[in-house]
Amino acid sequence: MFTPHTKADVEAMLKTIGVEKVEDLFTVVPEKNRFPDLNLPQPLSEMQAATELDSIASANATTRDFISFLGAGAYQHYIPAAVDNLLQRGEFYTAYTPYQPEISQGTLQAIFEFQSLISLLTGMDVSNASHYDGATAAAEAVILAFNQFRGKRPKVLLSRAINPQYREVIRGYMQANDTIRIVGDDPETGIEPDLLKLIDQIDRDTCLVMVQYPDFFGRIIDYKPLIEAAHAQGALVAVVANPTALALLTPPGEIGADIVVGEGQPLGIPLSYGGPYLGFFAVKNALLRKISGRLVGETVDTQGELAYVLTLTAREQHIRREKASSNICSNQGLMTLAATIYMTLLGKTGFQQVANLCYQNAHYTANSLGDLAGFSLPFEATPFFHEFVIRADENVPELLAHLQDHGILGGYDLGKDYPELEGCLLMAVTEMISSEDIDYLSDVLNEVEHA
Amino acid sequence: MREPTIFELSSPGRAGVTFQEPDVPLTDIPQEFARANFPFPEISELGVVRHFTKLSQKNYAIDLGFYPLGSCTMKYNPKINEATARYPGFAATHPLQPEDTVQGNLYLMYTLQYWLAEIGGFADATLTPAAGAQGELVGTMIIAKYHKDRGDLKRTRILIPDSAHGTNPASSAMTGFEPIQLPSDERGNVDLLALAELCDDTLAGIMFTNPNTLGLFDENTAEVIRIVHEAGGLVYGDGANMNALLGVFKPGDCGIDVMHYNLHKTFSTPHGGGGPGSGPVMVCEKLVDYLPEPHVVMTNPGDEETPPTYGFARPKKSIGRVKTFHGHFGMLVRAYTYIAMLGQEGLRDIAEKAVLNANYLQAKLKGTYTLPYDRSCMHEFVLEGYWKDVPDIHALDIAKRLMDYDFHPPTNYFPLIVHEALMIEPTETENVETLDSFVDAMLKIAEEARTQPELLKNAPHNTPVKRADELKAAKDLVFCCYPVGEWDKK
Amino acid sequence: MLVPEELKYQKTDEWVKVEDGIATIGITDYAQDSLSDVVFVEFAIDPDDEVSAGDSLATIESVKAAAEVVFPVSGKILEVNQILTDTPELLNSEPYTGGWLAKVQVSDESELDNLMDSAAYDAYCQDR
Repeated sequence: MFTPHTKADVEAMLKTIGVEKVEDLFTVVPEKNRFPDLNLPQPLSEMQAATELDSIASANATTRDFISFLGAGAYQHYIPAAVDNLLQRGEFYTAYTPYQPEISQGTLQAIFEFQSLISLLTGMDVSNASHYDGATAAAEAVILAFNQFRGKRPKVLLSRAINPQYREVIRGYMQANDTIRIVGDDPETGIEPDLLKLIDQIDRDTCLVMVQYPDFFGRIIDYKPLIEAAHAQGALVAVVANPTALALLTPPGEIGADIVVGEGQPLGIPLSYGGPYLGFFAVKNALLRKISGRLVGETVDTQGELAYVLTLTAREQHIRREKASSNICSNQGLMTLAATIYMTLLGKTGFQQVANLCYQNAHYTANSLGDLAGFSLPFEATPFFHEFVIRADENVPELLAHLQDHGILGGYDLGKDYPELEGCLLMAVTEMISSEDIDYLSDVLNEVEHA
Repeated sequence: MREPTIFELSSPGRAGVTFQEPDVPLTDIPQEFARANFPFPEISELGVVRHFTKLSQKNYAIDLGFYPLGSCTMKYNPKINEATARYPGFAATHPLQPEDTVQGNLYLMYTLQYWLAEIGGFADATLTPAAGAQGELVGTMIIAKYHKDRGDLKRTRILIPDSAHGTNPASSAMTGFEPIQLPSDERGNVDLLALAELCDDTLAGIMFTNPNTLGLFDENTAEVIRIVHEAGGLVYGDGANMNALLGVFKPGDCGIDVMHYNLHKTFSTPHGGGGPGSGPVMVCEKLVDYLPEPHVVMTNPGDEETPPTYGFARPKKSIGRVKTFHGHFGMLVRAYTYIAMLGQEGLRDIAEKAVLNANYLQAKLKGTYTLPYDRSCMHEFVLEGYWKDVPDIHALDIAKRLMDYDFHPPTNYFPLIVHEALMIEPTETENVETLDSFVDAMLKIAEEARTQPELLKNAPHNTPVKRADELKAAKDLVFCCYPVGEWDKK
Repeated sequence: MLVPEELKYQKTDEWVKVEDGIATIGITDYAQDSLSDVVFVEFAIDPDDEVSAGDSLATIESVKAAAEVVFPVSGKILEVNQILTDTPELLNSEPYTGGWLAKVQVSDESELDNLMDSAAYDAYCQDR
């Protein structure tokens, strides 16, 4: 179905090549291994495949079938129809990496606009064309900081309030490095919003301090004291940021962050069971040359016309090979385009409206639940954006099962990653949740208490 | 005509997609955190749609024409894949949903793990790596942990052929290995003598691309694997060129221990202008416990009445997590759809037609262009973009001139071991008319090189922009639509 | 190609000038010509570092290539030519003067015997 060759075509081509049959082209493959059996199901027509995939998809229940309060790194946002409509243009999604700028100006300009929007959003000077996801972007920040000091500052301080998966990936990426010490996210240092115990550990051995904003528990924390302390010791600061929050909150660049990374999935990218997503990575000018990943720059062509082109490519693996700071080859191409279209389509007004809706809905939810008997808000004193922590008297897995029976995905069980938060649930509330949904949640939880 | 940037199109007060007012009692945002200034673009929806539609029209794409990029496998991206990946049953599932609510997704992943392993002759597979390069990282980490677990700490070196893709040494170095370059012989095979000399007890393994980037199947494949295994090393197979081997050869059967595929090459998921990719990694039996987490397993085999159930597990000696959640699920749905439609016969047909197309082009072009390795190729082949009688013309000029003939140029200047390399991979989805018109263009250009060289030197002439000043791009650094550091003045 | 007589050379295209136990190191005219327009110099060392012959001094980036510069001699770094951070093109225009890379306090003068003189380096370049 996808190969267009007729019998006549094949015969004519074999004649030109000078062999009798197609099998003759594979004589270099050892005979005993040639043309093996593959234990795969019988082929399907497109119609049959569509039916099969449909039935597999139907075996799932989705965030459309539930009222979902799941966040913890991936968020349910409304994606305007124009985003996917534009993304489905074959000129965008069947195009290759823009190595030949003359015939890739569409892709290149879109990435240039992405870089500009991310820089603006984060308050930084330069953004790259993206990493695989927020966690690998965070890992690249650690690599950048470690190399910046040429390994002479082996300590990396991670806040315990950073997404646990991110900290696992960072450690995964650095496992070959014998000198690096990744510390700070232990229960002792803890998760107090004043960060004093973390700040206390910043010294001249530290290359990087990393925090999350809002943090994994949804809290908005003032990082100015931490950033000052880090800079006083000559260390760099990286902030993992939620992009929706940045439409409403002071961006990390404005308070002195050296690197800002994060997960761009909230920017017009469907949940899609975890991927493909989008890692963004932005720095201040001083670190520009140290960025890994693709960069699109502005230049002119031979006629003096403005043109965009991949630049500073001598940093990358295809030139530096084993000396490259990172092996990254692809960026998230189409996801970058989705984010650019989303951010442009919503623009100043729409994007701030979404952020505000998230903020308002989340606070109404927290206030409603905080009033219920058997539930409390352990971090009540700290401001939050669109996620918050609720403590239940009830066993969390049972509570979640009960909610699920009532068509609600209650949130993320924090006890799995934080023993000190056993019995606590992380709930995210976006613009997709209505006041009726929130009232229904309160009713169901009320029922639990009296059950 | 230059398309203005979104910042140039912006006008204060315009709005694109707007949202409803909150329908809950309001809470104030604490002033100490409120953002003072948010200078995002303000464009109407029609303005945005026109802008991106016009940008798309400046791109070349597979849907428009031939893209003979060697080692990229620019095959047709089936539209059915785009449809199935968008089924709400898949697209609207949150990665942290309870396993009992996403049995469809888990079934798909479990089945795909099996299919990908089966296609390559391996015991199991992981679907988590986000791209080929990340697959290589996972593979080299598995090799490192395998040796470390055996207490064999001397094995710090990885052999990498000189024709290898840059990600091979980069990934090895990231894993903490010392990449050692391995020369190729005059027939384009790994040099067996050099290999034998470099194999000792400090050898962790070899990264072996087969067919290699010259498009050649290594004539001593079994021997290469035997030598490395005897020295106690493992063999990593870079599966970027798997398109030539589907249904033809199972690398696992021949002794490859760990391998990655590029779903965005071999398994038709779209290139998307630079991503997203997906780089599943397959392993042999003895490496199964080292796979990254999370891995999809069958949690209950079920019986005649109830279907099996699936869930995530952490393999016993796992290298850990390399990515959030479970990989590029959207690309996995596309690959599953593709393989389900093709079956064994369809996959073998792909390899046969890909190799047929490449050999056809090679036969037609080798008279006019130098073919440094003159033997039957696999799915791609490399020509020299250079003639001694017109020394001013380089592969770059040929590549740029091809754009005037409405073709995307082949890969150039790679692999590094061929002078002025032009790496050509037609793929199986191109018909003979397209191949013939490509040959015509290449022959015309060879002629022009001698009679009208300025046509090549000044090419391309018919594209939205002409040759870009890359030196200026590297020196006068401009990465944003507005002066750096002055965004808050707008 | 310029190959000043008074300097010493390595096959990896570095030149060395030694005066009063201090070695000034840079890249040769051949090297800057092969690289073509240099856009960035990334030093691998800081002043006061102790280095051995063969250690990495810097990576030089041009538009399409990156090349590593290595130390021809061992010793202690006295000075690094920081101007190159802002004006890397000096490596192209003045490889033997303004484009010097680092100054080292030589620890072992006998290492200089391993280096080539200008005639040997010139001959080596002709054959490449």
